[in-house]
Amino acid sequence: MKLQHVENIVDKHGSERGSLIAILSDIQSTYSYLPEEALRTVAQKTGKSLVDVYGVATFYRSFSLKPRGKHLCSVCVGTACHVRGSERVAHEFEQQLQVKPGNTTSDRQFTLEHVNCLGACALGPIVVVDGHYFSNVKTTEVKRIVGQAREGLDTVEVKTDQRVFPLDVSCPRCNHGLMDPENLVDGYPPIRVTISFERKHGWLLLSCLYGSFNSRSEHAIPLEATVHVFCPHCHAELSSATPCASCGATMVPMIVRQGGVLQVCSRHGCREHVLDLDGVNL
Amino acid sequence: MINLTINGIETTVDKGTTLLEAAQFLGLPIPTLCHMEGLTPYGACRLCVVEIGEGSRARLVTSCTYPAEEGLKVRTASRRVVKARKMILELLLASCPQSKVIQDLASAHEVRQQRFRQEYENCILCGRCVRMCEEQMMAKAIGFRGRGEQRSIGTPFDVKSEVCRTCGGCMYVCPACQLRCTYNEPERAICGGCANLSPPCIEKEKFKDMMCYMHPCVACEIVDR
Repeated sequence: MKLQHVENIVDKHGSERGSLIAILSDIQSTYSYLPEEALRTVAQKTGKSLVDVYGVATFYRSFSLKPRGKHLCSVCVGTACHVRGSERVAHEFEQQLQVKPGNTTSDRQFTLEHVNCLGACALGPIVVVDGHYFSNVKTTEVKRIVGQAREGLDTVEVKTDQRVFPLDVSCPRCNHGLMDPENLVDGYPPIRVTISFERKHGWLLLSCLYGSFNSRSEHAIPLEATVHVFCPHCHAELSSATPCASCGATMVPMIVRQGGVLQVCSRHGCREHVLDLDGVNL
Repeated sequence: MINLTINGIETTVDKGTTLLEAAQFLGLPIPTLCHMEGLTPYGACRLCVVEIGEGSRARLVTSCTYPAEEGLKVRTASRRVVKARKMILELLLASCPQSKVIQDLASAHEVRQQRFRQEYENCILCGRCVRMCEEQMMAKAIGFRGRGEQRSIGTPFDVKSEVCRTCGGCMYVCPACQLRCTYNEPERAICGGCANLSPPCIEKEKFKDMMCYMHPCVACEIVDR
Protein backbone atom coordinates (compact mmCIF):
# COMPACT_ATOMS: atom_id res chain seq x y z
CA MET A 1 0.00 0.00 0.00
CA LYS A 2 2.90 2.26 0.87
CA LEU A 3 4.52 1.69 -2.51
CA GLN A 4 1.24 2.25 -4.28
CA HIS A 5 1.39 5.76 -2.90
CA VAL A 6 4.89 6.25 -4.30
CA GLU A 7 3.76 4.96 -7.67
CA ASN A 8 0.88 7.41 -7.66
CA ILE A 9 3.31 10.25 -6.97
CA VAL A 10 5.53 9.17 -9.85
CA ASP A 11 2.53 8.90 -12.16
CA LYS A 12 1.42 12.35 -11.15
CA HIS A 13 4.74 13.98 -12.06
CA GLY A 14 5.70 11.82 -15.01
CA SER A 15 9.14 10.41 -15.57
CA GLU A 16 10.89 13.24 -17.40
CA ARG A 17 14.31 14.26 -16.26
CA GLY A 18 13.18 17.41 -14.49
CA SER A 19 10.48 15.79 -12.41
CA LEU A 20 12.76 13.81 -10.10
CA ILE A 21 13.08 16.51 -7.47
CA ALA A 22 9.32 17.10 -7.45
CA ILE A 23 8.75 13.37 -6.97
CA LEU A 24 11.27 13.10 -4.13
CA SER A 25 9.87 16.23 -2.54
CA ASP A 26 6.36 14.76 -2.54
CA ILE A 27 7.59 11.48 -1.06
CA GLN A 28 9.51 13.41 1.59
CA SER A 29 6.41 15.38 2.59
CA THR A 30 4.31 12.21 2.72
CA TYR A 31 6.62 10.06 4.81
CA SER A 32 8.79 12.84 6.27
CA TYR A 33 11.78 10.96 4.88
CA LEU A 34 12.79 8.99 1.80
CA PRO A 35 12.48 5.28 2.50
CA GLU A 36 14.91 3.02 0.66
CA GLU A 37 12.07 1.08 -0.94
CA ALA A 38 10.53 4.30 -2.20
CA LEU A 39 13.77 5.33 -3.89
CA ARG A 40 14.04 1.93 -5.53
CA THR A 41 10.46 2.23 -6.75
CA VAL A 42 11.11 5.72 -8.11
CA ALA A 43 14.20 4.48 -9.97
CA GLN A 44 12.24 1.60 -11.42
CA LYS A 45 9.18 3.62 -12.39
CA THR A 46 11.06 6.53 -13.94
CA GLY A 47 13.62 4.33 -15.69
CA LYS A 48 16.51 6.17 -14.04
CA SER A 49 19.29 4.30 -12.37
CA LEU A 50 19.22 4.02 -8.61
CA VAL A 51 22.60 5.73 -8.46
CA ASP A 52 21.16 8.91 -10.00
CA VAL A 53 18.12 8.94 -7.74
CA TYR A 54 20.27 8.31 -4.69
CA GLY A 55 22.72 10.99 -5.76
CA VAL A 56 19.97 13.60 -5.94
CA ALA A 57 18.38 12.41 -2.70
CA THR A 58 21.66 12.76 -0.81
CA PHE A 59 22.65 16.03 -2.47
CA TYR A 60 19.85 18.22 -1.16
CA ARG A 61 19.54 19.08 2.49
CA SER A 62 15.75 19.10 2.39
CA PHE A 63 15.72 15.37 1.69
CA SER A 64 16.39 12.98 4.51
CA LEU A 65 17.10 9.28 4.25
CA LYS A 66 16.58 8.78 7.95
CA PRO A 67 13.09 8.93 9.44
CA ARG A 68 12.46 12.34 10.88
CA GLY A 69 10.53 13.03 14.02
CA LYS A 70 7.03 14.41 14.21
CA HIS A 71 8.34 17.92 14.77
CA LEU A 72 11.28 19.44 12.91
CA CYS A 73 13.33 22.05 14.77
CA SER A 74 15.69 24.01 12.55
CA VAL A 75 18.08 26.26 14.40
CA CYS A 76 19.84 28.82 12.22
CA VAL A 77 23.59 28.88 12.76
CA GLY A 78 24.33 31.23 9.90
CA THR A 79 26.70 34.14 10.30
CA ALA A 80 24.18 36.76 11.40
CA CYS A 81 22.42 34.42 13.80
CA HIS A 82 25.77 33.18 15.08
CA VAL A 83 26.93 36.64 16.11
CA ARG A 84 23.59 37.15 17.79
CA GLY A 85 24.19 34.08 19.93
CA SER A 86 22.54 31.23 18.05
CA GLU A 87 25.28 28.90 19.21
CA ARG A 88 23.95 29.05 22.76
CA VAL A 89 20.39 28.61 21.49
CA ALA A 90 21.43 25.59 19.46
CA HIS A 91 23.18 24.15 22.50
CA GLU A 92 20.10 24.75 24.63
CA PHE A 93 17.97 22.83 22.10
CA GLU A 94 20.43 19.96 22.30
CA GLN A 95 20.10 20.00 26.07
CA GLN A 96 16.32 20.24 26.08
CA LEU A 97 15.77 17.55 23.49
CA GLN A 98 18.77 15.44 24.51
CA VAL A 99 19.74 14.92 20.90
CA LYS A 100 22.61 15.95 18.66
CA PRO A 101 21.88 18.08 15.59
CA GLY A 102 20.84 16.01 12.59
CA ASN A 103 19.33 13.34 14.80
CA THR A 104 15.89 12.41 16.03
CA THR A 105 14.86 11.91 19.63
CA SER A 106 14.30 8.31 20.67
CA ASP A 107 10.55 8.90 21.03
CA ARG A 108 10.44 10.02 17.39
CA GLN A 109 8.95 13.36 18.40
CA PHE A 110 11.67 15.83 17.47
CA THR A 111 14.33 16.14 14.82
CA LEU A 112 16.92 18.80 15.54
CA GLU A 113 18.89 20.25 12.69
CA HIS A 114 21.20 23.15 12.06
CA VAL A 115 20.56 25.29 9.01
CA ASN A 116 22.90 27.85 7.59
CA CYS A 117 20.54 30.67 6.75
CA LEU A 118 16.80 31.15 6.73
CA GLY A 119 16.90 34.53 5.07
CA ALA A 120 15.65 36.46 8.07
CA CYS A 121 18.99 37.58 9.46
CA ALA A 122 17.66 40.80 11.01
CA LEU A 123 15.41 38.74 13.26
CA GLY A 124 18.11 36.35 14.43
CA PRO A 125 18.65 34.05 16.16
CA ILE A 126 15.93 32.33 14.16
CA VAL A 127 14.38 28.99 15.01
CA VAL A 128 11.81 27.29 12.79
CA VAL A 129 9.63 24.61 14.32
CA ASP A 130 7.12 22.85 12.05
CA GLY A 131 7.08 25.83 9.72
CA HIS A 132 6.52 28.37 12.50
CA TYR A 133 9.21 31.02 12.78
CA PHE A 134 10.49 32.16 16.15
CA SER A 135 12.61 35.30 16.05
CA ASN A 136 15.12 36.76 18.52
CA VAL A 137 15.14 33.48 20.37
CA LYS A 138 16.83 33.50 23.76
CA THR A 139 18.01 30.41 25.57
CA THR A 140 15.30 30.92 28.18
CA GLU A 141 12.61 30.64 25.51
CA VAL A 142 13.77 27.31 24.18
CA LYS A 143 11.88 25.28 26.74
CA ARG A 144 8.65 27.09 25.93
CA ILE A 145 9.11 26.58 22.20
CA VAL A 146 9.71 22.85 22.67
CA GLY A 147 6.65 22.64 24.90
CA GLN A 148 4.51 24.46 22.35
CA ALA A 149 5.72 22.19 19.58
CA ARG A 150 4.91 19.15 21.67
CA GLU A 151 1.34 20.38 22.09
CA GLY A 152 1.12 21.02 18.38
CA LEU A 153 1.73 24.49 17.02
CA ASP A 154 -1.01 24.26 14.43
CA THR A 155 -3.75 23.60 16.95
CA VAL A 156 -2.84 26.21 19.52
CA GLU A 157 -5.51 28.65 18.38
CA VAL A 158 -8.21 26.02 18.28
CA LYS A 159 -7.41 24.86 21.80
CA THR A 160 -7.91 28.30 23.31
CA ASP A 161 -11.64 28.03 22.55
CA GLN A 162 -13.20 26.09 25.41
CA ARG A 163 -16.15 24.90 23.30
CA VAL A 164 -13.86 23.04 20.91
CA PHE A 165 -12.63 19.66 22.05
CA PRO A 166 -11.73 16.38 20.33
CA LEU A 167 -14.09 13.42 20.39
CA ASP A 168 -13.36 9.73 20.15
CA VAL A 169 -16.25 7.90 18.51
CA SER A 170 -17.06 4.35 17.48
CA CYS A 171 -19.61 2.56 15.33
CA PRO A 172 -22.97 2.03 17.12
CA ARG A 173 -23.34 -1.36 15.42
CA CYS A 174 -19.98 -3.07 15.82
CA ASN A 175 -18.45 -0.68 18.37
CA HIS A 176 -15.27 -0.53 16.29
CA GLY A 177 -13.42 2.76 16.68
CA LEU A 178 -13.98 5.17 13.80
CA MET A 179 -10.94 7.33 14.49
CA ASP A 180 -8.34 7.34 11.73
CA PRO A 181 -4.84 7.81 13.15
CA GLU A 182 -3.26 7.87 9.67
CA ASN A 183 -4.71 11.26 8.78
CA LEU A 184 -5.13 14.62 10.42
CA VAL A 185 -7.99 17.09 10.18
CA ASP A 186 -7.61 20.19 12.33
CA GLY A 187 -4.47 18.56 13.73
CA TYR A 188 -6.33 15.60 15.21
CA PRO A 189 -7.08 12.12 13.90
CA PRO A 190 -10.48 12.48 12.20
CA ILE A 191 -13.56 10.29 12.15
CA ARG A 192 -13.43 8.01 9.11
CA VAL A 193 -16.61 6.71 7.54
CA THR A 194 -17.57 5.31 4.17
CA ILE A 195 -20.11 7.26 2.19
CA SER A 196 -22.14 6.67 -0.92
CA PHE A 197 -24.14 9.15 -2.93
CA GLU A 198 -25.20 9.39 -6.56
CA ARG A 199 -23.62 5.97 -7.33
CA LYS A 200 -20.31 7.22 -5.97
CA HIS A 201 -18.62 5.43 -3.15
CA GLY A 202 -15.70 6.60 -1.05
CA TRP A 203 -14.30 7.71 2.27
CA LEU A 204 -15.09 10.78 4.30
CA LEU A 205 -12.97 12.24 7.07
CA LEU A 206 -14.79 14.38 9.60
CA SER A 207 -12.99 16.61 12.05
CA CYS A 208 -13.28 15.14 15.52
CA LEU A 209 -13.23 18.58 17.11
CA TYR A 210 -16.68 19.28 18.46
CA GLY A 211 -17.71 22.58 16.89
CA SER A 212 -15.50 22.23 13.83
CA PHE A 213 -17.19 21.37 10.52
CA ASN A 214 -14.01 20.64 8.58
CA SER A 215 -14.02 17.48 6.52
CA ARG A 216 -12.19 15.80 3.66
CA SER A 217 -13.69 13.43 1.18
CA GLU A 218 -12.56 11.24 -1.70
CA HIS A 219 -15.30 12.73 -3.89
CA ALA A 220 -16.55 16.28 -3.85
CA ILE A 221 -19.99 16.16 -2.29
CA PRO A 222 -22.40 18.70 -3.79
CA LEU A 223 -23.90 21.11 -1.30
CA GLU A 224 -27.33 20.12 -0.02
CA ALA A 225 -26.83 16.51 -1.16
CA THR A 226 -27.54 13.82 1.39
CA VAL A 227 -25.13 10.94 1.71
CA HIS A 228 -25.51 7.42 3.03
CA VAL A 229 -22.93 6.82 5.71
CA PHE A 230 -21.51 3.38 6.46
CA CYS A 231 -19.17 2.00 9.06
CA PRO A 232 -15.88 1.14 7.28
CA HIS A 233 -15.48 -1.94 9.50
CA CYS A 234 -18.89 -3.67 9.66
CA HIS A 235 -20.29 -1.90 6.58
CA ALA A 236 -23.60 -1.27 8.32
CA GLU A 237 -25.39 1.89 7.33
CA LEU A 238 -25.35 4.44 10.10
CA SER A 239 -28.79 5.98 10.25
CA SER A 240 -30.84 7.15 13.13
CA ALA A 241 -34.59 6.80 13.60
CA THR A 242 -35.07 10.49 14.26
CA PRO A 243 -34.68 12.83 11.30
CA CYS A 244 -32.67 16.05 11.34
CA ALA A 245 -34.53 18.73 13.22
CA SER A 246 -33.74 21.46 10.70
CA CYS A 247 -33.74 19.78 7.25
CA GLY A 248 -35.41 16.42 7.75
CA ALA A 249 -32.52 14.32 6.40
CA THR A 250 -31.33 11.18 8.15
CA MET A 251 -29.13 11.68 11.18
CA VAL A 252 -25.95 9.64 11.54
CA PRO A 253 -25.41 8.24 15.02
CA MET A 254 -22.00 7.45 16.52
CA ILE A 255 -21.06 6.25 19.99
CA VAL A 256 -18.79 8.58 21.95
CA ARG A 257 -16.11 6.56 23.78
CA GLN A 258 -16.28 8.75 26.84
CA GLY A 259 -19.98 7.91 27.05
CA GLY A 260 -22.87 9.30 25.06
CA VAL A 261 -24.11 9.56 21.49
CA LEU A 262 -23.16 11.96 18.72
CA GLN A 263 -25.53 12.52 15.84
CA VAL A 264 -24.71 14.53 12.75
CA CYS A 265 -26.92 15.43 9.83
CA SER A 266 -26.22 13.51 6.62
CA ARG A 267 -26.92 16.52 4.40
CA HIS A 268 -23.81 18.31 3.22
CA GLY A 269 -23.96 21.88 4.38
CA CYS A 270 -26.50 21.27 7.14
CA ARG A 271 -24.75 21.86 10.41
CA GLU A 272 -27.34 20.21 12.60
CA HIS A 273 -25.75 17.92 15.15
CA VAL A 274 -26.59 16.56 18.56
CA LEU A 275 -24.08 15.51 21.17
CA ASP A 276 -25.69 13.64 24.03
CA LEU A 277 -23.07 12.94 26.67
CA ASP A 278 -24.89 10.55 28.98
CA GLY A 279 -28.04 12.58 29.06
CA VAL A 280 -26.38 15.96 29.19
CA ASN A 281 -27.52 17.52 25.93
CA LEU A 282 -25.10 20.19 24.78
CA MET B 1 36.60 24.04 -39.09
CA ILE B 2 37.86 26.31 -36.38
CA ASN B 3 41.14 28.23 -36.42
CA LEU B 4 42.90 28.88 -33.15
CA THR B 5 46.37 29.57 -31.84
CA ILE B 6 47.97 27.35 -29.22
CA ASN B 7 51.30 28.55 -27.81
CA GLY B 8 51.72 30.70 -30.95
CA ILE B 9 51.14 27.77 -33.31
CA GLU B 10 48.21 28.33 -35.62
CA THR B 11 46.09 25.26 -36.09
CA THR B 12 42.76 24.20 -37.50
CA VAL B 13 40.51 21.72 -35.75
CA ASP B 14 37.01 20.30 -36.22
CA LYS B 15 34.08 21.90 -34.46
CA GLY B 16 33.56 20.37 -31.03
CA THR B 17 37.22 19.53 -30.46
CA THR B 18 38.35 20.36 -26.96
CA LEU B 19 41.45 22.44 -26.26
CA LEU B 20 43.09 19.38 -24.72
CA GLU B 21 42.61 17.32 -27.87
CA ALA B 22 43.89 20.18 -30.02
CA ALA B 23 46.98 20.63 -27.85
CA GLN B 24 47.67 16.91 -27.75
CA PHE B 25 47.36 16.78 -31.52
CA LEU B 26 50.14 19.35 -31.68
CA GLY B 27 52.16 17.32 -29.24
CA LEU B 28 51.97 19.86 -26.44
CA PRO B 29 52.01 18.13 -23.08
CA ILE B 30 49.11 18.92 -20.76
CA PRO B 31 48.96 16.82 -17.60
CA THR B 32 45.61 15.18 -16.91
CA LEU B 33 44.21 13.12 -14.10
CA CYS B 34 40.45 12.83 -14.33
CA HIS B 35 40.53 12.82 -18.13
CA MET B 36 40.49 9.47 -19.84
CA GLU B 37 40.04 8.55 -23.44
CA GLY B 38 36.70 6.88 -23.98
CA LEU B 39 35.05 8.67 -21.10
CA THR B 40 33.22 11.98 -21.26
CA PRO B 41 35.32 14.91 -20.03
CA TYR B 42 34.44 15.88 -16.48
CA GLY B 43 36.78 18.70 -15.47
CA ALA B 44 37.08 17.59 -11.86
CA CYS B 45 40.81 17.57 -11.19
CA ARG B 46 41.57 20.98 -12.80
CA LEU B 47 45.04 19.73 -13.64
CA CYS B 48 44.65 20.41 -17.34
CA VAL B 49 44.18 24.17 -16.88
CA VAL B 50 45.28 26.39 -19.74
CA GLU B 51 45.16 30.13 -20.12
CA ILE B 52 42.90 31.67 -22.75
CA GLY B 53 42.27 35.26 -23.78
CA GLU B 54 44.63 38.17 -23.56
CA GLY B 55 45.64 40.93 -21.19
CA SER B 56 43.35 41.54 -18.25
CA ARG B 57 40.71 39.24 -19.73
CA ALA B 58 42.98 36.23 -19.68
CA ARG B 59 41.58 33.41 -17.62
CA LEU B 60 42.24 29.83 -16.70
CA VAL B 61 39.94 27.12 -18.03
CA THR B 62 40.04 23.35 -17.96
CA SER B 63 41.17 22.32 -21.41
CA CYS B 64 39.46 18.92 -21.25
CA THR B 65 36.00 20.49 -21.18
CA TYR B 66 36.57 23.73 -23.11
CA PRO B 67 35.60 23.49 -26.78
CA ALA B 68 37.83 25.20 -29.34
CA GLU B 69 36.62 28.63 -30.43
CA GLU B 70 37.40 30.63 -33.54
CA GLY B 71 40.42 32.87 -33.07
CA LEU B 72 41.10 31.67 -29.51
CA LYS B 73 44.60 32.22 -28.17
CA VAL B 74 45.64 29.44 -25.82
CA ARG B 75 48.74 29.19 -23.68
CA THR B 76 49.38 25.77 -22.20
CA ALA B 77 52.49 26.55 -20.20
CA SER B 78 52.42 30.22 -19.25
CA ARG B 79 53.77 31.25 -15.87
CA ARG B 80 50.24 31.56 -14.51
CA VAL B 81 49.28 28.10 -15.77
CA VAL B 82 52.39 26.46 -14.34
CA LYS B 83 51.83 28.13 -10.99
CA ALA B 84 48.19 27.05 -10.85
CA ARG B 85 49.07 23.53 -11.92
CA LYS B 86 51.72 23.20 -9.23
CA MET B 87 49.30 24.40 -6.61
CA ILE B 88 46.66 21.91 -7.77
CA LEU B 89 49.23 19.12 -7.65
CA GLU B 90 50.34 20.16 -4.20
CA LEU B 91 46.74 20.05 -2.99
CA LEU B 92 46.12 16.69 -4.65
CA LEU B 93 49.31 15.39 -3.09
CA ALA B 94 48.13 16.57 0.29
CA SER B 95 44.78 14.85 -0.01
CA CYS B 96 46.15 11.60 -1.40
CA PRO B 97 49.94 11.36 -0.83
CA GLN B 98 50.02 7.58 -1.19
CA SER B 99 48.94 7.66 -4.83
CA LYS B 100 51.68 6.68 -7.25
CA VAL B 101 49.94 8.53 -10.08
CA ILE B 102 49.84 11.79 -8.16
CA GLN B 103 53.39 11.30 -6.87
CA ASP B 104 54.65 10.86 -10.43
CA LEU B 105 52.76 13.89 -11.67
CA ALA B 106 54.04 16.01 -8.80
CA SER B 107 57.60 14.96 -9.39
CA ALA B 108 57.30 15.52 -13.16
CA HIS B 109 56.06 19.05 -12.51
CA GLU B 110 58.76 19.83 -9.99
CA VAL B 111 56.57 20.09 -6.96
CA ARG B 112 59.28 20.06 -4.36
CA GLN B 113 57.32 20.92 -1.28
CA GLN B 114 54.01 19.97 0.24
CA ARG B 115 52.81 22.62 2.59
CA PHE B 116 49.38 21.27 3.48
CA ARG B 117 48.31 18.76 6.06
CA GLN B 118 48.27 15.26 4.60
CA GLU B 119 44.83 13.70 4.59
CA TYR B 120 45.49 10.23 3.18
CA GLU B 121 42.12 10.20 1.44
CA ASN B 122 41.14 7.07 -0.45
CA CYS B 123 39.46 9.09 -3.13
CA ILE B 124 40.06 12.39 -4.88
CA LEU B 125 36.55 12.44 -6.39
CA CYS B 126 37.87 12.57 -9.94
CA GLY B 127 34.85 10.56 -11.08
CA ARG B 128 36.82 8.28 -13.35
CA CYS B 129 35.31 5.15 -11.86
CA VAL B 130 31.79 6.58 -12.00
CA ARG B 131 32.13 7.36 -15.69
CA MET B 132 33.87 4.06 -16.40
CA CYS B 133 31.04 2.17 -14.71
CA GLU B 134 28.37 4.11 -16.57
CA GLU B 135 29.86 4.64 -20.00
CA GLN B 136 32.14 1.69 -20.64
CA MET B 137 30.69 -1.01 -18.41
CA MET B 138 27.06 0.13 -18.84
CA ALA B 139 26.37 -0.74 -15.25
CA LYS B 140 25.75 2.49 -13.31
CA ALA B 141 26.48 0.69 -10.08
CA ILE B 142 28.38 3.49 -8.40
CA GLY B 143 27.88 7.22 -8.31
CA PHE B 144 28.44 10.40 -6.39
CA ARG B 145 26.59 10.79 -3.13
CA GLY B 146 26.08 13.76 -0.85
CA ARG B 147 27.77 17.07 -1.40
CA GLY B 148 30.45 19.32 -0.06
CA GLU B 149 32.54 17.72 2.61
CA GLN B 150 30.32 14.64 2.66
CA ARG B 151 30.63 13.98 -1.06
CA SER B 152 31.71 10.46 -1.73
CA ILE B 153 31.59 7.77 -4.38
CA GLY B 154 29.89 4.48 -3.78
CA THR B 155 26.83 2.35 -4.27
CA PRO B 156 23.39 3.53 -3.15
CA PHE B 157 22.74 2.78 0.54
CA ASP B 158 26.28 1.36 0.80
CA VAL B 159 25.07 -2.12 -0.04
CA LYS B 160 26.25 -4.28 -2.87
CA SER B 161 24.62 -3.10 -6.04
CA GLU B 162 22.48 -5.52 -8.04
CA VAL B 163 23.84 -4.08 -11.27
CA CYS B 164 27.53 -4.45 -10.28
CA ARG B 165 29.24 -7.34 -12.05
CA THR B 166 32.48 -6.92 -10.06
CA CYS B 167 34.27 -6.26 -13.32
CA GLY B 168 36.94 -4.27 -11.56
CA GLY B 169 36.80 -1.46 -14.09
CA CYS B 170 36.46 1.14 -11.37
CA MET B 171 39.61 -0.09 -9.66
CA TYR B 172 41.47 -0.25 -12.94
CA VAL B 173 40.97 3.42 -13.70
CA CYS B 174 41.38 4.73 -10.16
CA PRO B 175 44.33 7.11 -9.89
CA ALA B 176 44.15 7.37 -6.13
CA CYS B 177 45.67 3.92 -5.98
CA GLN B 178 43.84 2.73 -2.93
CA LEU B 179 42.30 -0.05 -4.94
CA ARG B 180 44.99 -0.71 -7.48
CA CYS B 181 48.53 -1.80 -7.00
CA THR B 182 49.96 -2.96 -10.25
CA TYR B 183 50.82 -1.92 -13.75
CA ASN B 184 51.76 -4.00 -16.72
CA GLU B 185 55.29 -2.65 -16.69
CA PRO B 186 57.33 -4.40 -14.00
CA GLU B 187 59.37 -1.34 -13.06
CA ARG B 188 56.21 0.51 -12.07
CA ALA B 189 54.57 -2.47 -10.45
CA ILE B 190 54.48 -1.29 -6.90
CA CYS B 191 52.95 2.01 -5.92
CA GLY B 192 53.56 1.47 -2.23
CA GLY B 193 49.89 1.77 -1.45
CA CYS B 194 49.44 -1.92 -0.74
CA ALA B 195 52.25 -1.93 1.77
CA ASN B 196 50.26 0.36 4.02
CA LEU B 197 46.71 -0.65 3.21
CA SER B 198 44.89 -3.93 3.40
CA PRO B 199 43.91 -5.08 -0.10
CA PRO B 200 40.18 -4.68 -0.39
CA CYS B 201 39.36 -7.52 -2.72
CA ILE B 202 40.29 -10.44 -0.50
CA GLU B 203 37.62 -9.42 1.95
CA LYS B 204 35.00 -9.83 -0.71
CA GLU B 205 32.81 -12.86 -1.05
CA LYS B 206 33.34 -15.06 -4.07
CA PHE B 207 36.79 -13.64 -4.46
CA LYS B 208 37.80 -16.59 -6.61
CA ASP B 209 35.10 -15.90 -9.21
CA MET B 210 35.84 -12.23 -9.40
CA MET B 211 36.99 -10.80 -12.69
CA CYS B 212 39.97 -8.71 -11.80
CA TYR B 213 42.12 -6.29 -13.70
CA MET B 214 44.83 -6.61 -11.13
CA HIS B 215 45.77 -10.21 -11.70
CA PRO B 216 48.38 -11.11 -10.58
CA CYS B 217 48.53 -8.77 -7.66
CA VAL B 218 49.77 -8.67 -4.11
CA ALA B 219 46.36 -9.54 -2.76
CA CYS B 220 46.10 -12.66 -4.91
CA GLU B 221 49.48 -13.86 -3.75
CA ILE B 222 48.45 -13.45 -0.14
CA VAL B 223 45.36 -15.57 -0.71
CA ASP B 224 47.13 -18.25 -2.74
CA ARG B 225 49.58 -18.73 0.03
